[in-house]
Amino acid sequence: MELMYVYIALAAVFGLYMAWGIGANDVANAMAPAVGSGAITIKQAIIIAAIFEFAGAVLAGGGVTSTIRGGIIDSTLLVDTPELLIFGMLASLLAAGTWLLIASHRGWPVSTTHSIVGAVIGFGAVGLGMEAVHWDMVGNIAASWVISPLLAGIFSWALFVSVQKLVLETEDPLAAARRWVPAYIFLTGFFIALVTMLKGLKHVGLELSTLESYGYAAVVGLVIAFFGHLMIKRIKFVAEENADFQFATVEKIFGVLMLITACAMAFAHGSNDVANAIGPVAAVVNIAQSGSVVQSSIVSPWLLMLGGVGIVLGLSMYGHKVIATVGTRITNLTPSRGFAAGLAAAGTIVLASGTGLPISTTHTLVGAVLGVGLARGITAINLQVVSRIFMSWAVTLPAGAFLSVVFFFGLRAALG
Amino acid sequence: MADYMSKIFGASPVKPMQEHMNRATESVARLVEFIDAVVEDDWVKASELQQTISSVEGAADDQKKSLRLNLPNSLFMPVARQDLIELLRTQDGIANRAKDVAGLMTGRKMKLPPPLHAGFVGYVRRCHDAAIQAQATVNELDELFETGFGGAEAKRVRAMIDEIGRIEADTDTLQKDLRAELFAIEKELYAVDVMFLYQIIDWIGDIADESERVGSRLHLLLAN
Repeated sequence: MELMYVYIALAAVFGLYMAWGIGANDVANAMAPAVGSGAITIKQAIIIAAIFEFAGAVLAGGGVTSTIRGGIIDSTLLVDTPELLIFGMLASLLAAGTWLLIASHRGWPVSTTHSIVGAVIGFGAVGLGMEAVHWDMVGNIAASWVISPLLAGIFSWALFVSVQKLVLETEDPLAAARRWVPAYIFLTGFFIALVTMLKGLKHVGLELSTLESYGYAAVVGLVIAFFGHLMIKRIKFVAEENADFQFATVEKIFGVLMLITACAMAFAHGSNDVANAIGPVAAVVNIAQSGSVVQSSIVSPWLLMLGGVGIVLGLSMYGHKVIATVGTRITNLTPSRGFAAGLAAAGTIVLASGTGLPISTTHTLVGAVLGVGLARGITAINLQVVSRIFMSWAVTLPAGAFLSVVFFFGLRAALG
Repeated sequence: MADYMSKIFGASPVKPMQEHMNRATESVARLVEFIDAVVEDDWVKASELQQTISSVEGAADDQKKSLRLNLPNSLFMPVARQDLIELLRTQDGIANRAKDVAGLMTGRKMKLPPPLHAGFVGYVRRCHDAAIQAQATVNELDELFETGFGGAEAKRVRAMIDEIGRIEADTDTLQKDLRAELFAIEKELYAVDVMFLYQIIDWIGDIADESERVGSRLHLLLAN
């Protein structure tokens, strides 16, 4: 095991690269509704994304990291040959990174999550043997890929219908918006904080009882809602803005909510997608440090920080370009819609992250957008593009698997 | 792949629909001026206006075609695609009729008998009112999409649609009166001219009818 430091270095570099790629490309999806609805500027989006992606990765990313690291492959079979697991994880990182590079170059809508999960399953099933894969876990993950967009769709549908009933359809939507938007802000803060505290904070040394979690989450929600309330109070009704479109001021108020939702979305994205990149790194580091495949220890915070740093780097180097392209094209997503889609997606993702399931941020967000569409909330959705996005994971899984098998045998021949 | 997030959204049909309706109403406004010019026997101005109406109608037509092409079957919208296309066709009918009236009257250099002047001027203005009200209703489309076709906004639009109906009923009365006036003097006029005058009265009435139909189409959008 004299090559251990090489393995750790390789894993850290590959993991950093993956996180960088996620920051450069994928974050735009998380921030797109907020920028596209005109609620925040690109610069604000970058700052929000940097802070909350990092926080999400560090505070709530532990569960998913553990799943990728040890949930898919049955490492007890590899007690005698821990190098195989290292090769496999390195191969998975390389495969997912390569596939994402190809796909980004070609403009295919692929998911980071699907690439990495496909890659891990691929090297496990082919490189180690079918029995080395926890197929029940794989089944859970596959099911979560179907359930998460569905769940987000139901959430966003319900949220948007409530917005219609409480605000948009009333005689005085402006007064209703001023009254209800702080309540939605509270809901956002409360829910995200609650799920994070219930599921994710053990690895940062914070253990809260259920009751305490509810209490603290309520405090978080109230504090955010108070600041939101102050921002809403500053929004004045300007007659000429509303001359052509009577809901202009109402949408401005929802813009405050959109800002909060964007933070939640960035946090959720960090908790799930960064963890995807860091999972294999964690596996390699763990084996290298302990010399065995024992996996009881928790994911060390510095690894999650590595992911966070990678994402912020990617974001600051390339993210603004991608956010600019995506954000300016979405004009149909007004803040009242963007918030419903964003909150539903963020809630679903954080929930999934809490249970350790690696889901696709993009698919969840698309599911949420469709939910708002079903509530007659969006003027036009291009179903062709939607189906192409969902089709892409059927391609990405085998592609990631195939590439990781190739890299696995290559690495084993070169290093083993 | 991030690009795909924005491609999910198809282009909103609301603004082009409203622009198309603005054009249709514009052509009726020019038709009012055209009838005024005919009444004043100013054929230079009248044929200029006929040209204007024709080009406005042409622009509306182009817009109709491009809008149709941009509403593919794969678009998932809160309203049925067919309903939107029917609304568009009805809006287009308004511009078409304005063009027909101006075209026929210019082509035949149709003089309006002096006893009918006041009636004609009032009649075409009331039909224009119907188009204006229909335009105002179509202008509520963005608010309707915003609220998801429900609640107070839908109620307001229903009231606006009812108003189109009332204006259209007015034009029916004016049309009846105008026909009666024409009937009273028709024996003194050249028979073929009389025939075309009846036709012109009919066609101008179509503008109000089509405006009312725009309202009914919007009603359908509200219904489902």
